[in-house]
Amino acid sequence: MTSVNSGETLKVDIWRGGEDGYYQSFAVPHETSQTVLDIVTYVQRKLDPTLSYRFSCRVGMCGSCAMTVNGRPRWTCRTHVDLVAEDGKITIEPMRNFPLIKDLAVDMTVFFDKWRDANARFAPSDGDLNGFVNVDPESRERKEANAAIECIGCGVCYAACDVVAWNPDYLGPAALNRAWTLVNDVRDADPKGHLKAVAGDAGCHACHSQQGCASHCPKSLSPTASIAGLKRKSFAALLKGEL
Amino acid sequence: MTVLAAHRNHPTYWAFILHRLSGLGLALFLPMHLYVLSMAIGDGARLDAFLDWTEQPLVKVAEVGLVVLLALHMAGGLRLLAIEFLPWRDSQKTFAAFAGSFAVGVGVLYLLNVV
Repeated sequence: MTSVNSGETLKVDIWRGGEDGYYQSFAVPHETSQTVLDIVTYVQRKLDPTLSYRFSCRVGMCGSCAMTVNGRPRWTCRTHVDLVAEDGKITIEPMRNFPLIKDLAVDMTVFFDKWRDANARFAPSDGDLNGFVNVDPESRERKEANAAIECIGCGVCYAACDVVAWNPDYLGPAALNRAWTLVNDVRDADPKGHLKAVAGDAGCHACHSQQGCASHCPKSLSPTASIAGLKRKSFAALLKGEL
Repeated sequence: MTVLAAHRNHPTYWAFILHRLSGLGLALFLPMHLYVLSMAIGDGARLDAFLDWTEQPLVKVAEVGLVVLLALHMAGGLRLLAIEFLPWRDSQKTFAAFAGSFAVGVGVLYLLNVV
């Protein structure tokens, strides 16, 4: 993919301003094991301190630094320049499908509001106050939940999803993925409530199974698999008269 | 927003596009098909004349295209039903490739039969 060597210069085009902004070009020295976040940080610290972007942990845990890199949504702290540079050029834009605040910083409010709307919140049961709930790690439910549980909330799946672009009310892959983990959590007191929240027009049944979310998830999760699970469970619940 | 944007360039998105386009193609074909069939009731001679016209080589080629559209839409639809009603499998790209190959295979078989 790349033809740049360490010590050479990268041509980096970065989106500046709001929705009606423009691309600004920067020359950034290429270094060994350099990440896209390193580039953005270099630009802000050495070339233009007015550049706005968001990051925190730098090690792929916090989900803060996602941006569009050469047209694809990616976590920039763990995206190596050598993986994405095309003839020494990199274009960095804010994430798609999010309201833009400025430069590379997007407003993620709507994204997390949809987690709330999907009822993607653990509902505690009274439980046994004298001990722990026994969860069999080999049970089908726990395996389903484990397969989807490592989401870091970076928004890459939401940016990759065309259904989100077409239907602004669509809950999106991340919120539905989280709902699926709760439906499969034997400790959760309200599995039917989770299904009800995601079974509407803008819920799991709006997904077209294009699988852009699964293709781009930096944690290699498959929200499409979770959404397909929600479709099956909500359909079964409908037949049983539970929805 | 371009159709060929980088984030859309993956096999399951192409499977979606092919399923959608084949569906639109069939939706356009169906009214014409029903119109031609309706000639059998009102005007048999006109239908015979039309059927003679369809013996032309170019129409036969278009017929192969139609069969490919049908096979593509059917295989794509079965793929979606499998996603939505059967336990999840991770080999999604393989399923998409199988659906595409099935459609091409049916088209080739039909072509051999026609020629």
